[in-house]
Amino acid sequence: MRLLIIEDDRDAAEYLVKAFREVGHVADHAADGEEGLSLALDGGYDVLIIDRMLPKLDGLAVIGQLRAKGNAAPALILSALGAVDDRVRGLRAGGDDYLPKPYSFSELLARVEVLARRHTGRGEETQYRVADLELDRLSHRVVRGSEEISLQPREFRLLEYLMKHAGQVVTRTMLLENVWDYHFDPQTNIIDVHISRLRSKIDKGFAQPLLHTVRGAGYMIRDGAR
Amino acid sequence: MTALGKLLRTTAFQLTLVYLVVFALFAAFLVGYFALNTRRLINEQIVGTVDTEVTALTGQYNQAGIRRLVVIVDVRSRRPGSSLYLVTTPTGEGLAGNVGSLEPGILESQGWVETAYRRLEEPESAEHNALVRVSRLPGGIRLLVGRDLDERERMFHIVAVAGRWSVALVVVLGVLGGIFVSRRVLNRVEAMTATAQTIMAGDLSGRLSVTGSGDEFDRLALNLNVMLERIDSLMRGLKEVTDNVAHDLKTPLTRLRNRCEAALRMAKTDADYRRVLEETIEESVGLIRTFDALLMIARAESGQIRDGMAEFDIADVARDVGDLFEPLAEDKGLTLQVQASEHATVKGNRELVSQALANLVDNAIKYAAPDAKAANGERAGILVETGADKDQITLTVSDHGPGIPAGDRSRVVERFVRLEQSRSEPGSGLGLSLVSAVARLHGGELKLEDNAPGLTAQIALPRTPSTRAA
Repeated sequence: MRLLIIEDDRDAAEYLVKAFREVGHVADHAADGEEGLSLALDGGYDVLIIDRMLPKLDGLAVIGQLRAKGNAAPALILSALGAVDDRVRGLRAGGDDYLPKPYSFSELLARVEVLARRHTGRGEETQYRVADLELDRLSHRVVRGSEEISLQPREFRLLEYLMKHAGQVVTRTMLLENVWDYHFDPQTNIIDVHISRLRSKIDKGFAQPLLHTVRGAGYMIRDGAR
Repeated sequence: MTALGKLLRTTAFQLTLVYLVVFALFAAFLVGYFALNTRRLINEQIVGTVDTEVTALTGQYNQAGIRRLVVIVDVRSRRPGSSLYLVTTPTGEGLAGNVGSLEPGILESQGWVETAYRRLEEPESAEHNALVRVSRLPGGIRLLVGRDLDERERMFHIVAVAGRWSVALVVVLGVLGGIFVSRRVLNRVEAMTATAQTIMAGDLSGRLSVTGSGDEFDRLALNLNVMLERIDSLMRGLKEVTDNVAHDLKTPLTRLRNRCEAALRMAKTDADYRRVLEETIEESVGLIRTFDALLMIARAESGQIRDGMAEFDIADVARDVGDLFEPLAEDKGLTLQVQASEHATVKGNRELVSQALANLVDNAIKYAAPDAKAANGERAGILVETGADKDQITLTVSDHGPGIPAGDRSRVVERFVRLEQSRSEPGSGLGLSLVSAVARLHGGELKLEDNAPGLTAQIALPRTPSTRAA
């Protein structure tokens, strides 16, 4: 995956470039908005990571100009302004995701990978399948093996989101944002409780667990045999 | 600027100057009018007196001839304060009278004329003015009768002097009055300026003095004092918060640093380092949470989030939050029940109201005692209710936990306030502050009441006019 990081703080940028390289991605760095815009326009990036406040050209302006020129590369906005209305402004300006500073690298990585796949991957599907677990979005049915599993509506949406991003790390905040549409921090391990409930329904009694906890990052549904 | 310069620049003084010029001109006009009228009156008197005498003397002359006229004129001329008389032959030789000399050519004229003259008994140098009437009597005899004009001049002079003095007096009194008034105003303003300067220099306890006269300066000072009071309380609030922030952020920061230092000193294996690093990250996450909560409260309190307001159904919020927390409650052996049958739309920030409700539910779960029984003996539970009447829309969370003592209920919504019995629980002491700030942002309030046993926390939001119809 090729990434462009537009960030004026050299230390932070260097850390990100190095960290992405360690997990096997290629990351370029631009130190201001103008440089970032011209690099992004050259194209070839899977995801753009754009700081909100940049010298020369503001982060939202960079996204605006990119979109105006027909460049649709997914953009994740990093911002020290974490408030609700600020996020809305960022997304309205054409950003695809928004992450307030300070963030953890695992959170950023998980979101970037989801963004990259959303862009290149297949569109919305009506059925998801991981190993012998099947979820039908139209009939709202979940089947594991030959057994039908009954889920609460919220549990269904949780599983749906996890299966949509099967093989990818999904963080607790991503779940809270996408399943519950909450952007605040509930200050408790509430997501863990929901996950363990879900786990007891889809994994309990089966030899191979599908819903895994990724330490320090979040959760992932994957076929353990792969 | 000098003190005098300041004084001269005051509005009061400049107004005084304008009035002064107007009054001085008016006074001058009055005096001038008076002087001219006086002069006219005196002239009329002289003319009247002289006409009477001329008529009388002409009558005598016509009856008894020149001899009689000369005798009468002689007698009259000698009276003290007499008029001027002169009787001459047609050639101008004097026959009787008290006039020593006249301006040349006067006797040749006829009728009224003003002239300089000298009386007979007076020395050469003395010269006065007079208004005289020259008449020709039958036989060519000329008769001159007149009155001295000194009286008129004296009168006019007196009035002129009085006028000058009165104008001068008006000017002097006016200037003094102006100075007095402007100094009074200036002193009040100067006192206010001085107080304002000490306040600007940092002493917020200073207040403007109020004289109690109830004048415009008093009203201004009273209003400014109220404003200062407000600023002072805001500043004290801010200071309190920064003190608390300093304390609540510095304590974990110190812990963080100590832990790192200890690791550098004592850790031997990679596992030791890893453990310390993980603890450090955990601690920093807690710090960020505290910081985020503080910023959120500050933004809610300053009303900055108002532009993100939209209409939403309070029942949805109650159900969603209940749904989010229900598994957590169940894990603790509690029931979480949501009664949100009634739909009620509220205009506000759904995210913030949800977060506020989440804080209340989280608190209820955190502090609820699982084995406690409700008053009616049923299993202890947490109840989330929505309510709506014609004035307000409410979100209520009731639990059967330890509750909050009545005396502490107003205190717990302050930032960082944590009651003794809850200090051991995790938390920042900001949860209820945020709830209260969110309620106030929406024009409502947070009410804490006794659930006997337990706590009832209610977010009461006013109905907006658009929702009343719904």
